[in-house]
Amino acid sequence: MASPAPEAPGPAAGRYASIEEAIGHTPLVELARLAPRPNVRLLAKLEGVNPTGSVKDRIARAMLDDLEASGRLRSDSLLLEPTSGNTGIALAMLARRRGHRLAVVLPDNVTEERRRLLRLFGAGIIDSPGELGTNGAVALAQRLAADDPRFVMPYQYGNPANPRAHYETTGPEILAACPEVDVFVAGLGTGGTLMGVGRRLREANPAVQIVAAEPRPGEQVQGLRSMEEGFVPEVFDPAALDGRYLVSNVDAIAMVRRLADEEGVLGGVSSGAALAVALRVAAELERGTIVVLLADGGWKYLSDELWTRDLGELSSDAEARNWW
Amino acid sequence: MSTVRIPPVLRAQTGDLKAVEVDGATVGAVLQALVERFPGLREQLLGPDGDLHRFVNVYINDQDVRYLDALATPVAPSDTITVLPAMAGGA
Repeated sequence: MASPAPEAPGPAAGRYASIEEAIGHTPLVELARLAPRPNVRLLAKLEGVNPTGSVKDRIARAMLDDLEASGRLRSDSLLLEPTSGNTGIALAMLARRRGHRLAVVLPDNVTEERRRLLRLFGAGIIDSPGELGTNGAVALAQRLAADDPRFVMPYQYGNPANPRAHYETTGPEILAACPEVDVFVAGLGTGGTLMGVGRRLREANPAVQIVAAEPRPGEQVQGLRSMEEGFVPEVFDPAALDGRYLVSNVDAIAMVRRLADEEGVLGGVSSGAALAVALRVAAELERGTIVVLLADGGWKYLSDELWTRDLGELSSDAEARNWW
Repeated sequence: MSTVRIPPVLRAQTGDLKAVEVDGATVGAVLQALVERFPGLREQLLGPDGDLHRFVNVYINDQDVRYLDALATPVAPSDTITVLPAMAGGA
């Protein structure tokens, strides 16, 4: 009798049935050269290794899975999402694979690579005023969706699938690779990463600290007319954090340069900010292990010459853009 | 005196000043002094009970005060307090 064919290697061997299954499983890399002292260890989760280059692949998959299972998507549906780029790109790749149409509402001052990647994956782009930042993109997307029932908005800012994806994937990966984690640092965009990973890490260790890095918005991207136009994402609970720090774009870019120079890691601007906060936390620790999530790679920022332009000259440009 | 950075959305109430030197031993005292000097800021920053408006974030040396002692956070003369409206992060 013929022997059964051996089972093909699977995810444990790094083999996946499709690009969608390759989402996640990102490396956790020690940054020994940037850590301030031997008793404080610093490890970076490199989410830029995801298929479309950012952590957002995780939530895009979860949100689309939920929408498909809910039956809300019809043949004439058009997905519509406010995004500063990464979530839109992730949704665009998956929507293209799965046969859905997608348009994104995008601040008009994001990096050029974001636009190119969105178009490459077939997404339509609706510009929102750059000076209103992502607040403006959210408001415009909500107005458009209210006016046309064909629009279906995954709405990462309020969709529980967002933090759930991190609770189910990012958090367990961190615990598997670094069960001794004492502090988790990540950028604050929607809050999904901090909420989902935070909840999972605290289940393993209630004493773990969850700390946010937040962009200090440049003067030219604070076009709100009143404080009433402020926005707190529905998935974000500020009480679930242990700390929250502002980082200017120039400081984030300086840190991104150090990351490349000293560790050989190419991170995006929000990664620089998260790392700046991780080092600030590290400076106050006698001992411990910090995991910092680097949300995307540096590839989408090359055309802006973040690694090569004079930092002083770059600073006024830096404050006029939405980089995260 | 500490320095309070005023976001663009509130500068109409401060005669366009981007930064203001204000006396106060705590964040709460600094904000009270600020709204007494610029009364137009009061309803933008504070709710009827004197707490911070829900869309206002306050940082001392770039650290959100709600994770320190909130309005009771001590303030030193060299400190910088940044007031910002809540803004959706990049995503």
